[in-house]
Amino acid sequence: MPGLAGRMSTVVKAKISRMLDKSEDPGETLDYGYQKQTELLQNVKKGIADVVTSKKRLQMQSSKLEQQVVKLDTQARQALSQGREDLARTALERKTLAQTELQSLDQQVKELEAQQEQLVANEQRLRQKIEQFRTKKEVIKAQYSAAEAQVRISEAANGVGEEMADLGLAMQRAEDKTETMRARASAVEELEQAGAFDDITALGSGGDDIDRQLSELTSGAQVDDELEKMKAELGSGGGDSPALEQGKENA
Amino acid sequence: MIVRISGEGQFKLPDEDADRLNELDNRAVSAVEQGDETGFKELWSQMLEIVASDGNAISADELVESDVILPPRDISFDEAKGEFSGDGLIPD
Repeated sequence: MPGLAGRMSTVVKAKISRMLDKSEDPGETLDYGYQKQTELLQNVKKGIADVVTSKKRLQMQSSKLEQQVVKLDTQARQALSQGREDLARTALERKTLAQTELQSLDQQVKELEAQQEQLVANEQRLRQKIEQFRTKKEVIKAQYSAAEAQVRISEAANGVGEEMADLGLAMQRAEDKTETMRARASAVEELEQAGAFDDITALGSGGDDIDRQLSELTSGAQVDDELEKMKAELGSGGGDSPALEQGKENA
Repeated sequence: MIVRISGEGQFKLPDEDADRLNELDNRAVSAVEQGDETGFKELWSQMLEIVASDGNAISADELVESDVILPPRDISFDEAKGEFSGDGLIPD
């Protein structure tokens, strides 16, 4: 079978049949096979835990960004109400960038969730197969002659082997995906460390450089639109506006 | 025949489906060769549809080998290039 999963299961099968050829005692082969299967099941658990860790990291970043979006929006309004359109623009640029990152993070969290669910379902299936193998191996040991046992072992072992190979493939795919997401999460962290999502009260002397980069990163049109909308809202609302918060309570 | 969808488990299908699957498999190979992503996606979903409509899930405590192993449902076109080549998933 030339399929990807097929190729992998062929590898597993080859190992099992080599083992069968070498071993004179089918009972020993069966026990060894069972031991290998349970070892793999442990690896699967680790693999699932890795996916969960990656997901949690992304979720934490996501909720942090959500807070920044709210904060930057508030600050843009405050700046505008004080006639500081420049500051409002900066805050909105940051908000736009944060929102874009947020969307992409949320999408990735969803994908990881789906992957996690699939791995858990696969793990349960494999666990059942291994349990079945355990039952079968005792029956084979008790009831069959060595020659007959070989045939039965091949059948049972290949059945489990295919399931293991398939799960191995699913884990490989999940690993590749979490790898990509880890890289993505690091990129967001770098932006964060560079101050791209800082609120504007934290603007220091180095702020100019960040803002120049920011205006390049964000869509000017979207920021303009939002600025106009905000102006209109403030204009119609009227009344007193709170002063722009000072301090770095979130720094 | 027994078909596995990678990541989802095994299904028992009537033997007559082998020919239909094989034909779709061959067409999927040529779609991939021609770089026709839309065509491939369409054929691939037809293959999955056959398993969904005719297949009965095999219980998790049954230890049987598959006759055909289909790649994961969400296979990307790039991944498909490795899978759907030569004879395809089902050797003629």
